[in-house]
Order: sequence, then structure tokens, then C-alpha cells
Amino acid sequence: MKKLQKHTIDANEPVITISGLYKSFDDLEVLKGIDFTLYKGENVAVLGKSGTGKSVLIKIIVGLLKPDKGAVFALGKQVDKLNRQELDALRLRIGFSFQSSALYDGMNVFQNLAFPLNMNVKNLSKKEVRLSVEKVLDAVGLIDKINHMPSELSGGQRKRVGIARTLILKPEIMLYDEPTAGLDPITSTEIIELINEVQHQFQTSSIIITHDLTCAKNTSDRTAMLLEGQFVKVGTFEEVFDTQNEHLKDFYNYNFIQ
Amino acid sequence: MINFWNRKYIFTKVIDQYFKNVYDAYEFIKLFFKEAFKRPFHFREIINQCYEVGLKSLPLITLTGFIVGIVFTKQSRPSLEAFGAASWLPSLMGIAIIKALGPLVTALICAGKVGSGIGAELGSMRVTEQIDAMEVSSVNPFKFLVVNRIIATTITIPVLVFYCSFVGLYGSYINVHTEDTSSILTFYQNAFSTITFLDIFESVVKSVIYGFTIGIVGCFKGFNATQGTLGVGRAANHAVVLAMFLIFVEEILIVQVFNWIRFY
Repeated sequence: MKKLQKHTIDANEPVITISGLYKSFDDLEVLKGIDFTLYKGENVAVLGKSGTGKSVLIKIIVGLLKPDKGAVFALGKQVDKLNRQELDALRLRIGFSFQSSALYDGMNVFQNLAFPLNMNVKNLSKKEVRLSVEKVLDAVGLIDKINHMPSELSGGQRKRVGIARTLILKPEIMLYDEPTAGLDPITSTEIIELINEVQHQFQTSSIIITHDLTCAKNTSDRTAMLLEGQFVKVGTFEEVFDTQNEHLKDFYNYNFIQ
Repeated sequence: MINFWNRKYIFTKVIDQYFKNVYDAYEFIKLFFKEAFKRPFHFREIINQCYEVGLKSLPLITLTGFIVGIVFTKQSRPSLEAFGAASWLPSLMGIAIIKALGPLVTALICAGKVGSGIGAELGSMRVTEQIDAMEVSSVNPFKFLVVNRIIATTITIPVLVFYCSFVGLYGSYINVHTEDTSSILTFYQNAFSTITFLDIFESVVKSVIYGFTIGIVGCFKGFNATQGTLGVGRAANHAVVLAMFLIFVEEILIVQVFNWIRFY
């Protein structure tokens, strides 16, 4: 796996602060008092079994879901207190890469990337849009797929285009929802390298939701383990798994570590 | 005394859900009117949707309208001939097609073709997180996907109704012409001789309401689809069934209202 230069984390500048976060769906309590801080320039992997509320957490950060209790501050704004315009302005600064890539089926790769740009940045010429799209596609190594439809792309390529679509708006924070889910090991490695490259090239702070330990180990500065709606341990990857906690040991043993 | 506030459901789960759906539909319509007059306006997308709804439905509308015109004329002729009133056939067809058959046939065809298409498209966008992706890209998905589609159906279906009526009358003329030779000009003159401005206005009002209904039902069902691919199929199916039901209810109400206007 390609190693990149060490980047700087500004521990004095939190970009996301979560305190006392609770979220339920009907009778099912998913998040039970989450406290967490993401610092500028940092990559944090959130690990946990399926259904533990990992994706719910980042959906609350970006305002797709409302918390039942607690506060989420992203780039200094309390997300659940923002009106539509303020939330839209905040979302321009946060990139969200979906587990399913969520590419627009009816648009080709170029149109998928140009769409958020055209809708959010006024007075851009066609040439400027084209150049921006080509630049971001080049960064994810898919410039040759510019005229392809999403259905013509492989799973890994779809993930890359999905990440490129978020990068086109130059976000300060990236939220990755299961970036390596459903991919073969080689493609997973490519996506892991891409996440690291994005952090260096675009100076982003990221939360990576995953249950893939290889991904967590190779992308994160810190790892947070989510278990039954709460963070049971937060620290470096090695610190989190240097434990006698049975659940964590089980989780570690079931995964293959590169 | 029953404590309603501590009960899980006010009535039963199904009844509560029914009222919740009605309230959600009301909120959906309210949001449409709020967003429809607010900037930004996506004129290009509205034109795209008009093309999808209108131009792509033309072959089906042409065929259906033409066949309805021929069949209805063929079926009506013996009854009129029995009373020696075969010459009234063009007038009868004019009233029947412009006032009732044209709007109704077009609306039902579009409910099937366009309504299910919108329901399935938005439903699949919902379950594959494409709508969420739009939302997190700071694009208002309601405005872009719902408002533009409803405007497109409300504009395009009245045009299709008039086209269908014209083609239906032409089909009727073909049938009339094969039995007793008459010119197309005379046929159309006779067909429109009993049509008043109020009849045309009634047809316009009907078609605008049908267009709005097809758009709003398709979008509501698709936009709120849940439960994966099963939900997509369900959204498409419900969009057609509910739109058709509402079209018939609206037909009765509009006819009553216009009859009342004519009476006074």
C-alpha cells in the first residue's frame, strides 16, 4: 500500500463536536449518549458491527437525520438548529460519500459531477465546469470514464466517482459511509489509498464509517469503536485493540489485518 | 377514563397510519405550492420533463385517441340511425370527445404511463440514496425532482388532451367518411357547432387538474418510497391506482360544478 507523508492535525481546532447524542427509531435505541470530537486535518475511523448506528451518526452530522437529544456542532454551527439556507451553506463544506455511491442513474459521469457544481456555483462557464470535472476525475484516476453511465462502471469505479462528486465542491470535511463495503481486496486497497490521497491533496478532515479493520488501520489517525450505541474506546488503532474487552477482541479476530 | 396520551396508537395502527398518510399528503401539496413560486426556477429541467411526459406519450395518445374515435362512432351510429338522426353523429362525437372522452382517456393513459414512471423513478432514487445525495450536495431535491415534474405534468397533459381530442375526432371522421361521404371541414364544423366556450373551458380545467393529480400522486408515492425494491414497485403501483381513482372522483365533481354553472 502506498505510504503518504505525515500530515498535520490541529488539536486546537475541532471541526466536529458531538456531545450527549441520542437517537432512536420507534422502540429501537440506536445511539445512547455519544461524545466525540474530530480535529482539523484528522482522519477518524468509526468501527462497529452492522446496525450499531455508525451510518446514523454521520447522517445526523450532515443533517439528514435529527437527533433526539444532544448537540452536534460542525464547523462551528449547531446542525439541528440551522434553517434550510444555513444547512445548505454548511453542507457545501461537508462531503458525504454514500455506501451505495448514490450516483444519479440518469446522468453520465460528467453530468453527475457537474450537477452539484451547476446547482451551487453561479456564473460558471461550460468550460470552467468541464475543467473542474476533469481535474477531480483525474485526481480519482477515472478521467477516461467521463462519458460513461453509472451502470457501465464497476463497484470500485462507482465509489471513486461518488467521492469525486463530493470533492468537486472542495469540502473541508469528508464523511465516508462504508467506503470499502462489497469490494474485492485489491479495489479496497485502491479506495484506501484514495482516502489518504484526498486527505493530503484536499486537506480534509474525515470520518470513515467502516467495519473493515484494514481500512480503519490504514486510513485513520484515531479509531473509535462503537458498541451498543456508545463509543467504548477511542484512540489509535493499536490502542483500541490492545484490550481485554471480549467484544473488541472478537471483532478483531474476525477480521483479516494487513 | 381512557388516557389517550399514553396509548401507543390513538385508534389502531392501520387507522393511525391512514390519517398520517392523509396529513403527509396535505403537507406535501402545501410544500409544493410553497416551493413552486420560490427561486431558483429550473426552466431547463421543466422543459426536459415536458419532453418526457409529453413527446414520449404522443405515440400512445395518438393510437388510443384514434381508436376511441373510430370505435365510439361505430357504436353510436346504429342507435342514432334507429331514430333517423345519423346526421347528428359529428355533433354527438364533438360533445363526447371534447367534453369527456378526450380528457378522460388522456388522463388514464398518462396515469398509467407517466404516473407509474414518476413513482418508480423517484422511488428508486429514494431507496438507492440518490435523493439523500442531492440533499447533502445542497440541492433541494423536492424543488428539483418534485416541483419540476408536477409543473411539467400540469402544463403538458392539457396539451395532450387537446391533441387526443383532435385525433379522436379525426378517427371519428374516418369512420363517418367510410359510411357517408363528407368533407373533413364539414365534419369538424358540425362537431364544433354544439360546443360552447364553457365546454372548452371545462375541458381545460379538467385536464389541468388531472395533470396536477398525476404529477402530485406519482411524486408523493415515489418520494416517500421505503423498503427497497419492493417499495419501488409498490410506489409505482399505488401511483397508478390512486391517480386513476382520483381522476374519476374529480371527473364527477367537475361535471357537477360545470352543470351547476350552466344551470345558473
